[in-house]
Amino acid sequence: MTFPSSTATDAGAESADTADAAGTAGSGPAVVGRSPGQLMWRRFRRDKTGVVSAIIVLAFFLIALLAPVIASLYGKDPYTTYGQNQPGLLNDFGYPIAPNGGISGDFWFGLEPGLGRDVFTQLVFGIRTSLSIALVVTVITTIIGVAMGITSGYLGGKTDYVIGRVIDTLLAFPSQLFLIVFLPVVEAAIVLPEEETPVWLRYVSICVVLTVLGWATIARLLRAQVLSLRAREFVEAARVTGASPFRVIFKELLPNLWTPIIIQSTLALPLYVGAEAGLGFLGVGMTEPTPDWGRMFQVGVNVYHSDVTYLLFPGVAMLIFVVAFNLLGDSIRDAFDPKTKR
Amino acid sequence: MTSYLVRRVAGALVILMIISAITFYLFYAVPRDPARAFCGKICQPETLALIRHNLGMDEPLFVQYWHWLAGIFTGREFVQFGECPAPCLGYSFATQEPVFGAIVDRFPVTLSLTLGASVVILAFGIMTGMIAAWKVGQPLDKIASASSVVGASLQIYFVGPLLAFYLVDTLQLIPRPSYVPITENPVEWFTHLLLPWVVLSIIFTANYTRMTRSQMVEQLAEDYVRTARAKGMSSKAVFFRFAWRGAMIPIVTIFGVDLATLLGGAIITEQTFSLHGIGELAVRAVQNTDLPMLLGVTIVGAAAIVLLNILVDVLYAFIDPRVRLT
Repeated sequence: MTFPSSTATDAGAESADTADAAGTAGSGPAVVGRSPGQLMWRRFRRDKTGVVSAIIVLAFFLIALLAPVIASLYGKDPYTTYGQNQPGLLNDFGYPIAPNGGISGDFWFGLEPGLGRDVFTQLVFGIRTSLSIALVVTVITTIIGVAMGITSGYLGGKTDYVIGRVIDTLLAFPSQLFLIVFLPVVEAAIVLPEEETPVWLRYVSICVVLTVLGWATIARLLRAQVLSLRAREFVEAARVTGASPFRVIFKELLPNLWTPIIIQSTLALPLYVGAEAGLGFLGVGMTEPTPDWGRMFQVGVNVYHSDVTYLLFPGVAMLIFVVAFNLLGDSIRDAFDPKTKR
Repeated sequence: MTSYLVRRVAGALVILMIISAITFYLFYAVPRDPARAFCGKICQPETLALIRHNLGMDEPLFVQYWHWLAGIFTGREFVQFGECPAPCLGYSFATQEPVFGAIVDRFPVTLSLTLGASVVILAFGIMTGMIAAWKVGQPLDKIASASSVVGASLQIYFVGPLLAFYLVDTLQLIPRPSYVPITENPVEWFTHLLLPWVVLSIIFTANYTRMTRSQMVEQLAEDYVRTARAKGMSSKAVFFRFAWRGAMIPIVTIFGVDLATLLGGAIITEQTFSLHGIGELAVRAVQNTDLPMLLGVTIVGAAAIVLLNILVDVLYAFIDPRVRLT
């Protein structure tokens, strides 16, 4: 009754069965049955662009994860104002004396104009902050979006109408504007005006605002998928045989929804990286001294007339990351669904 | 058509009412005392009491909301601060001016920016997409596809300063971006906004190239194209007279959805080039916790998106005669 799922146990059992069958037959090429998950993995492995992109994306996540290790091996941290502490690094106007933004053996990516912090560790820790926010938001929006989408599509009727209208309204509005507008509101709801906003709270409110404005996209997609699946024979058959809604949703619907869910979340993550960086750029993201990818652009825009190198490192890093992630998303989509042509 | 428009506008007004009520509630229900926020660090108790009274904070929330709504039609008077003539969207105590006036002052900047960028996006995106579809599978198509992947991954706050550094600072090809009213000097209006337009459109153009290409390829495989070709119409004529019309319909739909994103992009572009538009107003209001200003900007932004979406739907009927607006 259930569609084949891509779990490891299924795949193992299946290949063992066919191996036995091939062994008893004795001759001819062995016909090996593969689960959809295995098929997808084989298709993906053959896609060179996809594999290279996956390696780049993994490297970024490793950098984010190992930021403290990298910094201790490199011997610097993102908080110390090296340029102000040591003479001979920054000139009277606060710009690095050495050419190309002060790149040297000591400071691989140069120095931050003004404060004189190390750009390399700033970037590594900034990536850590931004990627972790983007990852948290992607996971939460996916969970909420899937839950809302399935609820809306499966129950139909009034529930569907209400959720549908909420989704429509959320999607119609300028999210960038709402992001910056609602951040202070979320914070104001928790912190008194006299108090300084703690770092963790800013982190949480960024996640909350991005999540509230972000779940609608995946919910709408899932709703449409569930609506079409609900009318299919295997779901009806399950219902007729008395399966509980719980069983229908988790055993019948969900296995068929993994593909759109995974594709949608790979599309969403780079968007959240961009959105989080946009907040930092506009000066409403993570606050000093927490290193932040987006805030580096804010500094970069102010200093580019005299020191354009500073802007290049976060900019090129983000370009590489987003291109790699988008290509990876395309490859995953192709691997899951070889019929689609782009 | 008329009844359709009336119904759509009525629906839009209802949505705006809901949005304004929710926003209003969110802004004024938070335990942060707005009066204290406007009052500043050295706050005299009398000033605080006055702002409190002016905000009507001694009254229940829904009465406050009613006053705000009524103010749009009748205007409001804020003793000691100033007058707020109709349509009054509130009074900013941080900048000491009516919210609506501040938005109207900055509106031409944002409008010029987004309109110009829309023209660049549609013209350039559709053109490159059609070229790619015309030369499908050939090097030109591959170049267009590859550059659209990179283009879509660029960030405004990275490309903007970078282009400004090379084109304005180093090569001095174009003047530093700023806003010159079109009524004052149309040529300078154009040259000073050229860079912001290009930067804002880069990330969107790529998408439209991709969509136009795939839509055209799809349309060219349709039966009506085959029929036209079978009847002896040249492939060029089919391409430029038939297929592109069919391809434009989804493009217009997506453009309607993208308008909201474009407005978001405008905020970042304004900040990048220090253009004093509505986005910059919003960012400054956030930094000052200027809630009346934020409320006004949110409502105006939402209204713009809702109205533009109606406009896009009407535009359908002109492109696709099969669409009936009922």
